[in-house]
Amino acid sequence: MLHIVNKSPYERNSLESCLRMASKGSAVLLIEDGVYGATKGGSFEGKIQAAMADVKVYVLGPDLSARGMADRVLDGVSVVDYGGFVDLVAEHSNCQSWL
Amino acid sequence: MPMVEVAGKEFEVDEEGYLVNLADWDENIAGYLAQEEKVELTENHWEVVNFLREYYGEYQIAPAIRVLTKAIAKKLGADKGNNKYLYELFPYGPAKQACKIAGLPKPTGCI
Amino acid sequence: MNDEMDMEEEGGVVKQFMFVNRKAPYGTIYALEGLEVVLISAAFEQDVSMAFIDDGVYELKKGQDTKSLGQKNFSPTYRALEGYDIEKLYVERESMEARGLTEEDLLVDVVVLDRAEMAAKMDEQDVLISF
Repeated sequence: MLHIVNKSPYERNSLESCLRMASKGSAVLLIEDGVYGATKGGSFEGKIQAAMADVKVYVLGPDLSARGMADRVLDGVSVVDYGGFVDLVAEHSNCQSWL
Repeated sequence: MPMVEVAGKEFEVDEEGYLVNLADWDENIAGYLAQEEKVELTENHWEVVNFLREYYGEYQIAPAIRVLTKAIAKKLGADKGNNKYLYELFPYGPAKQACKIAGLPKPTGCI
Repeated sequence: MNDEMDMEEEGGVVKQFMFVNRKAPYGTIYALEGLEVVLISAAFEQDVSMAFIDDGVYELKKGQDTKSLGQKNFSPTYRALEGYDIEKLYVERESMEARGLTEEDLLVDVVVLDRAEMAAKMDEQDVLISF
């Protein structure tokens, strides 16, 4: 299953809800303001790192660049472009958007 | 929106005559836009138009008139950085006319 | 920009206006709308300041590049504020730290206030406008 989160973890609890529900082997894609969840140095860093033991985390590159955060992606998080976004949706049997 | 052709190049303007795509702008188009405003472009006009384009390039907005006069005074001297001088060049308002000729979008907060 | 609004009201009442920015750029329209309102407010010659708290601190992050997003990068416009005589930009330290940001990450000069100082600054305003 692919989980998509588009809200900042510092403003909404969407990412936390997602990580609570994401089962082992699923993928989490952070887009729009959700990309802040995949950046270094913030207070959410530990939670994402812990989650990465069970789920694969992706982040949308164009949204990172727009926010000036492209140079501080957490280690272990994969940056994808729009094509990669499409691939992720195609690869997974279903998809939940945590709006 | 209306399409206009100048010197073999087609471009779009909005219903108030502002250039839609900033990147389309060139000196021929500026000439056309000035004609529409009934402004005859002199070196002094170009100075202001080019200043506006530089300002927009740096800050991504068209400056308020007060900010424009102050910035021009700083760069080109007090004899040019004042309302009287700018209104002589652009009688219907340096904000509206000079921005339009410079190909900038309709200024923020312009009523 | 406005040609007609360049008024100088002699002896008008000057109030303290603070624009409170709490949203990240691009994900919602709040940050851009807030910035436009601030620029317009400059014409009224009031005592204007801006506060950046919570995700609002992300508005000032250096190095924003929206080319592949198809949205306008409005971050350079914060650097125009000085020319509009809006020079009081306050950033809450705790919000910055929670997001792994430091003053060096910001694209304009700001005054960093801790939470209590920011609260006090907000308390003393005549008008608070939130985005």
